[in-house]
Amino acid sequence: MPGLGTSFGRGGATTAQQDLANADCILIEGSSMAEAHPVGFRWVMKAKERGATIIHVDPRFSRTSALADIWVPMRAGGDIAFLGGIIRHIIENNLFFREYVVHFTNASCILREDFRDTEEGATGFFSGWNEEQRAYDKGSWAYDGDGGLSFPERDLTLQHPRCVFQTLRRHFTRYTPEMVEKICGISSVLFQKVADALVAASGPDKTAAICYALGWTQHSKGVQIIRTASILQLLLGNIGRPGGGILALRGHASIQGSTDIPTLYDILPGYLSMPKGDGSEETLRDYLAHQTKPTGLWNNYPNYFISLLKAYYGKNATAENDFGYSWIPKLTGNHSFFEYLYDMADGKMEGMFMMGQNPAVAAANSRFQRTSLSKLKWLVVREMVEIEAATFWRSDAPEIERGELKTEDIETEVFLFPAAGHAEKEGAFTQTQRMLQWREKAVNPPGDARSEGWFMHQLALRLIAKAKQSSDPLDEPLRALDWWYPEDEYGEPQMESVLAEINGWSTNPQPGADGVVFGGVDRKGNPHHGPQVDGFGKLKADGSTASGCWIYSGVLGPDKINKANSRNSKNYLGHGWGFVWPADRRIIYNRASAKPTGEPWSERKKLVWWDPAQGKWGGIDVPDFVPDKSPDYRPTGNESGLAGIPGDAPFILHEDGLGWLHVPKGLQDGPMPTHYEPLESPVHNALYSRDTNPAVNWFTRQENRFAPPGDPRFPFVLTTYRLTEHHTAGGMSRFLSHLAELQPELFAEMSPELAAELKIKNGDYISIVSLRGAIESRALVSRRMRPMHLNGKTVHQIAMPFHFGTAGPVKGGATNDLVPISGEPNVTIMEAKALACNIVPCRLPRGPAFHEWFKKYVPQGGPPNLHPEQPPPGASPGPEAGGHGQHGKTDSR
Amino acid sequence: MIGEGIQSTNQRKHSYVQDRVEVGFFTDPSVCIGCKACEVACKEWNEVPDDGFTWSGNSYDNTGHLGASTWRHVMFLEQDRQKGNQVTGPMGLRNPQSEIYNPQSDDPFRWVFVSDVCKHCEEAGCLEACPTGSIVRTEVGSVLVQNDVCNGCGYCVVSCPFGVIDRRPEPLPDAGGAFKCTFCYDRQKSGLVPACAKVCPTESIVFGRLDDLRVRASERVKHLQESGYSDAQLYDPRETSVRGIHAFFLILGEPEAYGLPPKPQIPTIYLKSAWTSAFATAIASIIAALVAFAFFS
Repeated sequence: MPGLGTSFGRGGATTAQQDLANADCILIEGSSMAEAHPVGFRWVMKAKERGATIIHVDPRFSRTSALADIWVPMRAGGDIAFLGGIIRHIIENNLFFREYVVHFTNASCILREDFRDTEEGATGFFSGWNEEQRAYDKGSWAYDGDGGLSFPERDLTLQHPRCVFQTLRRHFTRYTPEMVEKICGISSVLFQKVADALVAASGPDKTAAICYALGWTQHSKGVQIIRTASILQLLLGNIGRPGGGILALRGHASIQGSTDIPTLYDILPGYLSMPKGDGSEETLRDYLAHQTKPTGLWNNYPNYFISLLKAYYGKNATAENDFGYSWIPKLTGNHSFFEYLYDMADGKMEGMFMMGQNPAVAAANSRFQRTSLSKLKWLVVREMVEIEAATFWRSDAPEIERGELKTEDIETEVFLFPAAGHAEKEGAFTQTQRMLQWREKAVNPPGDARSEGWFMHQLALRLIAKAKQSSDPLDEPLRALDWWYPEDEYGEPQMESVLAEINGWSTNPQPGADGVVFGGVDRKGNPHHGPQVDGFGKLKADGSTASGCWIYSGVLGPDKINKANSRNSKNYLGHGWGFVWPADRRIIYNRASAKPTGEPWSERKKLVWWDPAQGKWGGIDVPDFVPDKSPDYRPTGNESGLAGIPGDAPFILHEDGLGWLHVPKGLQDGPMPTHYEPLESPVHNALYSRDTNPAVNWFTRQENRFAPPGDPRFPFVLTTYRLTEHHTAGGMSRFLSHLAELQPELFAEMSPELAAELKIKNGDYISIVSLRGAIESRALVSRRMRPMHLNGKTVHQIAMPFHFGTAGPVKGGATNDLVPISGEPNVTIMEAKALACNIVPCRLPRGPAFHEWFKKYVPQGGPPNLHPEQPPPGASPGPEAGGHGQHGKTDSR
Repeated sequence: MIGEGIQSTNQRKHSYVQDRVEVGFFTDPSVCIGCKACEVACKEWNEVPDDGFTWSGNSYDNTGHLGASTWRHVMFLEQDRQKGNQVTGPMGLRNPQSEIYNPQSDDPFRWVFVSDVCKHCEEAGCLEACPTGSIVRTEVGSVLVQNDVCNGCGYCVVSCPFGVIDRRPEPLPDAGGAFKCTFCYDRQKSGLVPACAKVCPTESIVFGRLDDLRVRASERVKHLQESGYSDAQLYDPRETSVRGIHAFFLILGEPEAYGLPPKPQIPTIYLKSAWTSAFATAIASIIAALVAFAFFS
C-alpha cells in the first residue's frame, strides 16, 4: 500500500512474522489474524506467552478476539478516528519517543506557508482542492525552503509553528476520547486502556507491533488508515526495531509477489512507474528525469529501469533505440479492474483471460460482474474447478434463474482450461513478510491440466510467432521480446530460468563462464547471457546488466544457489530460510534499531548497530543502510544518491532519509489522515462538514448506487470477512468436502438485541438487501456482535463471510452482490468493510418472483447518484490513479 | 512450547513404537484458535469421508460431535463468563458518564475452543466389550480398532464412557464398521507425529511422552491460575475405573460444559453387581417356579 510506501519508503510489511514474538504489545486491527493467518498467529501466541498484551479492535468478536487480552468492539469505518485519538493522547501528554521522533522522522521539517489543514473551518478539505477535477493540487503540501525534499529546513526543538510536529498536533486536536466515543462507539475507559497498553510498550526497552489486513485496505480511505498506524508507530518509535513494525498481512499466498512483480496496470516490476501517455514522458530522457530522485536510493532509478528493459528485450534493447523504451505501453488513464469492468458492461471489451480470480463471487457488485461477463465475445478461464465466472450463462446462475438474462441470448464463448494445483507446479511465492519461498513440484498435474507458467509461455510463443508474420509496427514490442526460457519435456518453462532472469545477469553472453546459469544459452542453444549479478547494487544503466525485478536481485546470484529454496534457518529472524527482499533484510529500516549515535537503544531491543572499531554496521539482521556510513556523517547539501542521506536517517528510500509523519508528496487524498465516514454510513461526520473522502471514485452508475447517510431504508451496517475454513471465492475450498462440511452455508452474524428487534431466531432464514442486490442467508445470533451507541444513536452491525456461490457441493448467495464498486483515491480498492443494508426476516423469493419482491425494498429508477456528495454521471471520477510506483502501490482485492 | 520449530515434539521424528513408550495428547484450549486444521488433517491422512453438509447454527461448530467420520472435533463454547483477565468490549469497565455504559455491559463473555478426540483410556470400555478381538492396545498405549477384523456388532459403541466410537452409517464407505481415532498408529510406526498435532499452529494439541505431557500440563495449569485463569483445571480422570486417559485436557470451568463426564466409568465395573443380580434373579425364578409347582400340585 502507498500508506506504508509514503510513510517509510517501501510498500511492504516492515517486519517478519516471527519477530512478533518479541513484541511487548500487539495491536491487531482490520484483520482477524487468527482466522485468516492462523500459521503466523503462533508468533502472536508466543508473544502472549512471554507476557505481551494482545489487543484486537474489530466490529466482530472473532477467533482473534477470543485469544486477545482486550477486545475493542468498533463501529466499522471508525479506524482513523480511533487511532487519531491515540495519536492525540500521545502528543498532548508528551508520551511519544522524543529522541526517535526528532532524529528519525520529519517532525522537525518546516511546511509551506500556504498549506491549509482540514481543521480550518472543519471543512474536511486540505489546501489545493479542485472541485471540477475532484482532485488536489498537491503543491502546498511540500516542505518550505529551497532544499526541496532532499535537504529540508528543520527545527529540532519541534517548536516552529509550521513544523510537521506542530501541524500534526493541531490536526488531531479534536480527536478527543469523547470524539472517539461518538464516532466509533468505544467508551473512553476502554479507549484509555488501549492507549495505556501501547504507551507502556514504547521506549528504548519496549516495542509494540501493529498487524492489519483487508479490514483496513477495503475502505474508501484505506491508505489513510494505514497512514494513521504509520504515524502512531513513528511517534512510539516502533519502526525498524525488534518486536515493532507494521505487518501488512496479505490476502493471498503471493499477493505481495503480485505487486512486487505486478499484476497491476500502472506499475512495472520493482515498483517502477509505468510511463505516462500524456506526452510528458514520451522519451526515455524525460521519463528518467521525472523518476530519478536527487537523493536516496531512487537516485539509482536508471540502473533498475534500463536493466528491466534489457530483461524484456535482450539484445534488441540498445543505447541507440533507448533500450526499447518506445515499446513499453504508456498509461493513458485508469485501467483498473473496475474501469475495464465498466468497459465490458458497455460492450467496449471483447475478450478476457481470467486466472486465479472468480469475480462472479469475489469481486464487488458481483451481480453486475456476472451480467457484464455476458457482454464479452470470449472468455478464457483457467481453474482447477468449474467456478461461477465460467457458468454465469447456465441455468444455475441467479441472473438466468430470475430471467434477467437468457442463455440463448448470451454470445460469450467460454473456454475453461484445467489448471495445475499448487503441488503440481514449481515456482516461488512471495509471502506477507516479503519472503520468496520456492516450491517444488510434488506430482505432475492430471490430464491436460497445466501450470500458469506453461499457459503464459505457450501463449507468448504463439503470439510472438504471429507477430513475426506481420509487419504491423504495433506488433514490434512482441517481435522484440527476448523469450529465451528453456523448457522441460512437457513444454513447461523452467521456472528457475525465470528466477535467474529476475535476479539479473551481465548481458554480455559468456557460455560456460563462472557464475553463469543454464549454460549461458537460450532454449535453442544460442549464447544468451553472462554471469549472475550479486544484488541490485551491481545493476547498471548502460545496458551491461539485465534484471527482471531489481528488488529481488540477490535471490540467485553468482553462487548459483536458489536462495528462495534454502531451508536452513540460522536465527530467529530466519536468515537461511528463503530469501527476503531487499537483500535478505528481514526487518527493514533497521538502522532505527540503534540510537542516532549508533549504539543499540537497549540490550533487550538490539538488532543492528555501528561498530566504531571496524567502521561498519553489523548485528543480527542485514543492515538496511550503507554498510560503512558512520552515524555522524552529514551531507553538505550538494551530494546525490545515498551520499545525500545523513548517518542518522534510517529511511533511505526517502530523499531526506526520514520517516514521514506528514507526506509531502505521493498521496491523492491528503498529507495527513482525516476521518471521513464510509460512503454508506448510518451517521454524518461528527468532525467535519464533509462526510466522505472528497477524492474517492464513486463509479457512479445505475447498477451501482449508494445509500445516502442515515438512509432509513438501509439502517444496518454490514461488514464482510473471511472464515478460516474457506479461501476467498471458495474455488479452492467449497469444492473440497473436508472444508465444505466445516462451513456449509452462508450466515449473517448479529447481536441478540438486533435479532429481538427484528423477531429473528438463531438459524432462521433471512434476506439481506442493499441498493445493489439481495441475498439469502441463515441468522447466527451471538453476543459476539454488539449494538454500537454513536452520539445517542444505536447502530446495529451485522457481519457476513463472502465465500459462497452457486457451484460446488455447498451453495449460497454471493455476499458481494450487496457490495458497491468504489475506488479509494490511491489504489482504486472498493469499500467492502462498511456498507448499509436492510434485513428482512424471510426467505428470498427465487426465480422471476425475485423482482417484485426486490422492488418493495429497493426503488427502481431515479438518478444514479443518491448520495448528496456523489458527483453526477459524467463528472470527473477523481484523481488519476497511477504513477505511484515508488510508493509501493499494492492491490489487495 | 510455541516456536521450538523442528525441536518441538509435535514436529520431531521419534521411535516411541519401537521403544514401547507410552504417548499422549495434551490439549490446551487457552491457546486454541479454533482453526479446525486438526479436523481436516485427520480426515486427509486417514481418508475419513465427510460427515454431511449441515449448518448447525451452533456457533462455528458444524460437525457437532465425535463419531465414525469425525475423529477430531473442535468445540466452540460461547459462555457468559470471563476468560482469565480478558476484557471483552465495555465489560467490567464502568464509566457512568459514558452513554455506552449500561447495566448489560457488565456481562462477561468468552469464546472457548477445544479440540476433542478419543481419550485412549488406560482401561478402555470399547476394548473390553469387543468380542472379535478387533480392538487392541498398541505398544504406545493407544487403543486401536482393526477395521479388517471388526464385524460391526456395536458392543463397543455402548461401552465407551465418552461416547467417542461409533458405527458408520450407509451410504458412506466402509459403512457398518466401528471407527474412531487411531492415534495415527500408522504414522507413529514410521516415527511420524499424529496428523492433528503436526498441523496445530499454536501447539494447542501437543503430542509426546505421556509422562512429559503430564508435567507440562500441570505447569501450564499453575501458570494460568497465577495469570488470572482461576477456573483452569486438568481433566485427567485417574481415580475412576478408566484409570487415566492418554488424551487429556486442560479445561476452563467444569467438565460438563465440554461434554466430559466428571467421573467416567467403564461398564465392566458393573459386571459384578450385574452378575450378582442376574444370579439372584435366576435363583428367585427357580424358587418361584418350584413354589408355584408345589402349590399347584
